[in-house]
Amino acid sequence: MISTAITDLWYGFGVALEPHNLMYCFLGVLVGNLVGVLPGMGPVATISILLPLTFGMQPVPAILMLSGVYYGAQYGGAICSILLNLPCHPPHAVTCLDGFPLTKQGKGGTALGITIIAAFIGASFGITEMIFLAPFLVSVALKFGPAEVCTLMLVGLLAGSTLAKGSPLKGIAMTVFGLLIGIVGSDIETGQPRFTFGITELFDGVEIIALALGMFGIAEFMNSINQTEAVDMRYAKVGISDMFPSKADLKLAFWPMIRGTFIGSLCALIPGTGPTIASFVSYATEKKISKTPERFGRGAIEGVACPEASTHSSVQGDFIPTMSLGIPGDTVMALLLGALIIHGIVPGPQLISQHADIFWGLIASFWIGNILLVILNVPMIGLWVKLLSIPYRYLYPSAMFFVCIGVYAANNDMFQVGETMVIGVVGYVLLRLDFHPAPILLGFVLGPRFEENFRRSLLISRGDLMTFIERPISAFFLAICVLLIGAQIYVWLRKPKILVEEKAIEAQVPISSYSELAG
Amino acid sequence: MIGRFKLKRDYYAGGLILLLGVGAAVTGSGYKFGSLAKMGPGFLPVVLGVVLAFLGILIAGTALGSSEPDDRKFLPDSPQWFGWFCILCGPVLFIIFGTFGGMIPAIFACVFVCALGDKTATYKSSTILAASITIFGVVLFHYLLRIPFPLLRGFNL
Repeated sequence: MISTAITDLWYGFGVALEPHNLMYCFLGVLVGNLVGVLPGMGPVATISILLPLTFGMQPVPAILMLSGVYYGAQYGGAICSILLNLPCHPPHAVTCLDGFPLTKQGKGGTALGITIIAAFIGASFGITEMIFLAPFLVSVALKFGPAEVCTLMLVGLLAGSTLAKGSPLKGIAMTVFGLLIGIVGSDIETGQPRFTFGITELFDGVEIIALALGMFGIAEFMNSINQTEAVDMRYAKVGISDMFPSKADLKLAFWPMIRGTFIGSLCALIPGTGPTIASFVSYATEKKISKTPERFGRGAIEGVACPEASTHSSVQGDFIPTMSLGIPGDTVMALLLGALIIHGIVPGPQLISQHADIFWGLIASFWIGNILLVILNVPMIGLWVKLLSIPYRYLYPSAMFFVCIGVYAANNDMFQVGETMVIGVVGYVLLRLDFHPAPILLGFVLGPRFEENFRRSLLISRGDLMTFIERPISAFFLAICVLLIGAQIYVWLRKPKILVEEKAIEAQVPISSYSELAG
Repeated sequence: MIGRFKLKRDYYAGGLILLLGVGAAVTGSGYKFGSLAKMGPGFLPVVLGVVLAFLGILIAGTALGSSEPDDRKFLPDSPQWFGWFCILCGPVLFIIFGTFGGMIPAIFACVFVCALGDKTATYKSSTILAASITIFGVVLFHYLLRIPFPLLRGFNL
């Protein structure tokens, strides 16, 4: 098993190191790092803007670049949290708690240095996890029939909507809403146009880029316009020489990093619990087992190392279900899945064997990308810190232009620009009513495949719904669904202590007017 | 708001979802429903619509049951009507100027009007920002990425 993994990985490095692919990987992590640093820009909007620009490219460099934006943004996001106390990227919100006190004590450089080490360790473990776990999952998933695929998607959708932040009921409602948006367009079997209201442009369905940019771009800007606080740059002075942590700090941070990595990699495997939850859980755990819990919140280096390692390991691990099963765990993964489909690649268990260049090239590019990010972040830290001071009033108009031209470039069609605007207004209304838009995208991406498999499995069973219970694997997935709903009802009725504690940590995180959507 | 009965935000939320669900189910019932063994195009829309309507009732219902006060309003404390208007004007002007003028006027108009939405923005600062983004955008999208979008319609630049 190890020898095949090494051969495959070797092949992957061959793909990722082709100059063309390497260039796009570098471009991806560079753009990702940039938007990670900029308060008010997130990877979701950035990937959506870049997506139409990849249409003319080969699928491999396109996917490498778009993925690079995602993990690159995680390196940038930490800078914003630690130096400015601005949690503009949800996975790094918890890092503010100890990162900013460290900055005030003049140890911001050390915190950043530890962050980069933690990030690299976390990411490396996440990648390793992917190398060994994904092929195993595939070998299981290849036995799936339509009934199993269908119930597995149900697990993914339920987990994605109930485990994320906010009310689980509203999350499920948004998933169903997303599934309905996914139905818009011509029916695949009969060609009957559905929910198109006679608009010919909608016959092909809603454009994924329009949906993502409306919800995560325009709605986001409407939410933060004139609400952003002045950025406090007083403490944000860091040079390269400050970045090397002392031996004592390293020793203190070592075990928290390992524990954080472990928690992150576990969270990555449960659909719906992405990097944000991983970072909160690992911070809470670390505080709990620490001998000196009172140091947390006042500049404990462990409080930086642990959540950061966990975020990065979870970010890389996030790719596992997406790439091996075709079930995305969060918004960014849903978008990447959409990108794969646009490039003509059918996501699912056959992806690894049919498109080995994408899968192994992607894994190899993770290593390369992470090394590039470490190189980018240590010597260029001064530049990133300068970028922090770009005010929002310059950022959002430029971003609006990118949104418009990005959507236009997808089909060279002005209709999509209008569609994005309408979705943006809807998204803002939903946002004000405490609906989180992430499950919409999840439902939208999975919707058409869900319907296809649902129809097919009932066609095979001649309309017998029992087929979902009679097949053991599908029954198992259904049991997980019941468990998920049961757990939510339990939490709602009993309000367990663990959640109260986590709420307490969440309450300490500074509230930023940059909305929580960016992650 | 009627008497002492205070409308919570979750009632609106539940109501909106209920409305969406009923709307989807009613629209969906216009398509062929089919049977379980041979589903028509209307099957899933109707089922999902009903589920959504049910969720809407649940959302409003749990808000009725919870004793937690919710005094947050639907509109934020300081509604930014002008800001929102400017942001939404951006894409509209982009469409109008893009269709009739071309890429240069479209970019300039979009960025300019969006920038005006900020409280501290002046005509001068917005013009400078719009001009620089226009130059950047033209170089990137026309010369480097070559998307098919004429710079100025009627002129062969």
